[in-house]
Amino acid sequence: MSDNLTHLQQLEAESIHILREVVAEFNNPVMLYSIGKDSAVMLHLARKAFYPAPPPFPLLHVDTTWKFREMIQFRDRMAAECNLDLIVHVNEEGVNRGVSPFTHGSALYTDVMKTEGLKQALDRYKFDAAFGGARRDEEKSRAKERIFSFRSANHRWDPKSQRPELWNLYNTRIKPGESIRVFPISNWTELDVWQYIHLEQIPIVPLYYAAVRPVVERDGMLIMVDDDRLELQPGEKVEYKSVRFRTLGCYPLTAAVESEADTLPRIIQEMLLTRTSERQGRMIDHDQAGSMEKKKQEGYF
Amino acid sequence: MAHQSDLIESDILAYLKSQEEKTLLRFITCGSVDDGKSTLIGRLLWDSKMVFEDQLAALEVDSKKVGTQGGAIDYALLLDGLQAEREQGITIDVAYRFFSTDKRKFIVADTPGHEQYTRNMVTGASTAQVAVILVDARKGLLTQTRRHSFLVSLVGIRNVVLAINKMDLIDFDQKQFDAIQRDYEKFAAPLGFASITAIPLSALNGDNMIEASANTPWYSGPTLMGYLENVPVAGDSRGEPFRLPVQWVNRPHLDFRGFCGTIASGTVRPGDEILVASSGRTSRVARIVTMQGDLPEATAGQAVTLTLKDEIDVSRGDMLTIPDAPPLHTRHPEAHLVWMHDEPLQPGQLYLVKTASAVTPGRVTAVQYVVDVNTLEQKQEPTLGLNGIGVVRLELDRPVSFDPYRNNRDTGSFILIDRYTNATVAAGMVITAPVDPDAVQVTEFTPEVVVCEDAAPVRISLSAASVSASGASVVDLSSEGCAIEFEISPSFIEHLGKGNRVLFRLKDLGQLHAVALLAFQQRLSFEFDRTAEGISILVFRRGIKPVENSYADTGTSI
Repeated sequence: MSDNLTHLQQLEAESIHILREVVAEFNNPVMLYSIGKDSAVMLHLARKAFYPAPPPFPLLHVDTTWKFREMIQFRDRMAAECNLDLIVHVNEEGVNRGVSPFTHGSALYTDVMKTEGLKQALDRYKFDAAFGGARRDEEKSRAKERIFSFRSANHRWDPKSQRPELWNLYNTRIKPGESIRVFPISNWTELDVWQYIHLEQIPIVPLYYAAVRPVVERDGMLIMVDDDRLELQPGEKVEYKSVRFRTLGCYPLTAAVESEADTLPRIIQEMLLTRTSERQGRMIDHDQAGSMEKKKQEGYF
Repeated sequence: MAHQSDLIESDILAYLKSQEEKTLLRFITCGSVDDGKSTLIGRLLWDSKMVFEDQLAALEVDSKKVGTQGGAIDYALLLDGLQAEREQGITIDVAYRFFSTDKRKFIVADTPGHEQYTRNMVTGASTAQVAVILVDARKGLLTQTRRHSFLVSLVGIRNVVLAINKMDLIDFDQKQFDAIQRDYEKFAAPLGFASITAIPLSALNGDNMIEASANTPWYSGPTLMGYLENVPVAGDSRGEPFRLPVQWVNRPHLDFRGFCGTIASGTVRPGDEILVASSGRTSRVARIVTMQGDLPEATAGQAVTLTLKDEIDVSRGDMLTIPDAPPLHTRHPEAHLVWMHDEPLQPGQLYLVKTASAVTPGRVTAVQYVVDVNTLEQKQEPTLGLNGIGVVRLELDRPVSFDPYRNNRDTGSFILIDRYTNATVAAGMVITAPVDPDAVQVTEFTPEVVVCEDAAPVRISLSAASVSASGASVVDLSSEGCAIEFEISPSFIEHLGKGNRVLFRLKDLGQLHAVALLAFQQRLSFEFDRTAEGISILVFRRGIKPVENSYADTGTSI
């Protein structure tokens, strides 16, 4: 809490403290790696926390099979460069049933491919702690979630009986089958994340930078045509526009924004001058107020 | 979101450079249910342009649906995150909010005003450096104001803002503002705050939030934002003795042993001599290792990896310190305990005690007294229930390194965990520790008066502030080697006159004379207690009724 540290230095120190605490106290931690910019920062912090050792836990990617191709390439490159074990889990049951965002709607699709997939992976490998890159400024229910967030054996979050979290003393005790989700960058904002990426020169998926890409306009949003699974609806046509992504997820559910920002400073500049929040590009939050809270109770990150 | 938008547009790199120097302030807001806390924070977010258009659109919809402002924008809805809370119209847990200006990034802990949620306030305050205590200008100080202020002081916050809100509803009446400020300063004097800044506000209308209000020409102090941007961040502990609780030992290969942890206080450089508090072994710092190269120096707040010149035994749970000012290393800390669970404290039962450096089984052996948070009165009770606060003595299975909480929040704090349910049941703040009977060989107690070479007795001055400002009514004389005598201030006698009790912890029987003399001269009573830990004398005034609750919750100003 020293005044001579800048806000980013303090945030970094807090995150490193959290990462180390988990490694010291848990038997089998894992880092949920979603390939986005928040995951990039979290992974960078983990490398710093355990240097000169590599981070002593694997990365887990719950692959919905609908991620942008550039994300998958980036994921494999980072895992190799950082000398990390990468576990890729796909909900095969969902795949066999042909669950897709087009045929089943975003709510069911997300539940099956993301939430169910995540729970399957956590159960299969018996992870007792899972790092996630969620931030408290993203969404209201996250603002109240603890950094060390307890999950029952059924992966449920109970917002009404959260453990009090004081100072930097984290209660890591669990019974067999239970687990803790840990959010090392809880106290970072979107701006902090971008500033840190800029300052530390952290590699991010090229989709964050503006480039000419094929898109269709659907329900007022620009959806990128990342492969031939995107079926055009009547009246839709593929256009080539200079676009970038403020947030990355499954390509049919993640809207692009028109932009010319092709460098990090220009991205930050655009972000600072814009008037909409980053989650706006995510269809998952649009269903209803409190939808994130419901999803989280059911086990979503 | 557009602060400094000119610079952002014209020279983003210069802007980014300027942002690298930004500092961080964590603060807490506390107030009663209707004081407008959520509105105040919502307004800060709003005015610092941290609300986006899509959030604004959602806010407009929500304001019409569940708002309390008759369809107008209800800033409080920016904050109340969980559905259950929205429906009840109150905040029921601790929420963290973020905003920034060009000078600082802010983390706000939004905490509830409900009585049963003392635990949430203590939780939010534990990481805060400043407290904003809200008062409704129409109502003045309430019991809650007193309670919040006490909790804030207990948790070690030294700078408070008295945010006198809803000034618009009393026509910005200076007299009433002054009266509330005076009342508060008088009441808060024993709490030992370093600064109290009263600000006349209307959070709803924005008066004195960012810009000085035209409605309060008589007020020349800072606006709320002005204060938050400029208040020096307390707890700069670079100059304090070095403390590194070892969190993890990094051993990637045989040639590297790094000791990882967050520096709790002080500064460290390669070559510095360090002491392992548990073993007394010493070594020197070889390197401060980071992924981006070794550092020449590291200071409080940084998460570091140190290597040492010698192979000495250090593991998680140890504390690296400077040799000439080591921490307490004890099995028997005495501490403030805030009970946070429905199941009351079971003295004698084993809990897990988690400190900055270790998890150790331990039990509470005695509740010295319980503090009524509304009256600050001390009572003798056998246990602590939910939201109870008291001074207790602990017995740990093995010695642990601590500092008194008032010296170091990081190495003076701990939590208690229930071994069966794994619930976090209490938060603790170390006051002191008696000389450890394990460390000092005491085979037989010899009631001899220690004769000092230096004949002049040590004068110890006692005032209400000296006993209550430190947070505990404990006078610890166990480190005074020589004869003592007291200098008594009227406020000290007044403190006892209100029914408060003061515990004197003695080094030996020789000091008893001075305490007995004090009791004789001031017509006080005392109880004598000798345990394995030493001698203690509880001094009090007999026949005094406990402090009357002078701060009623009737809604009238006092």
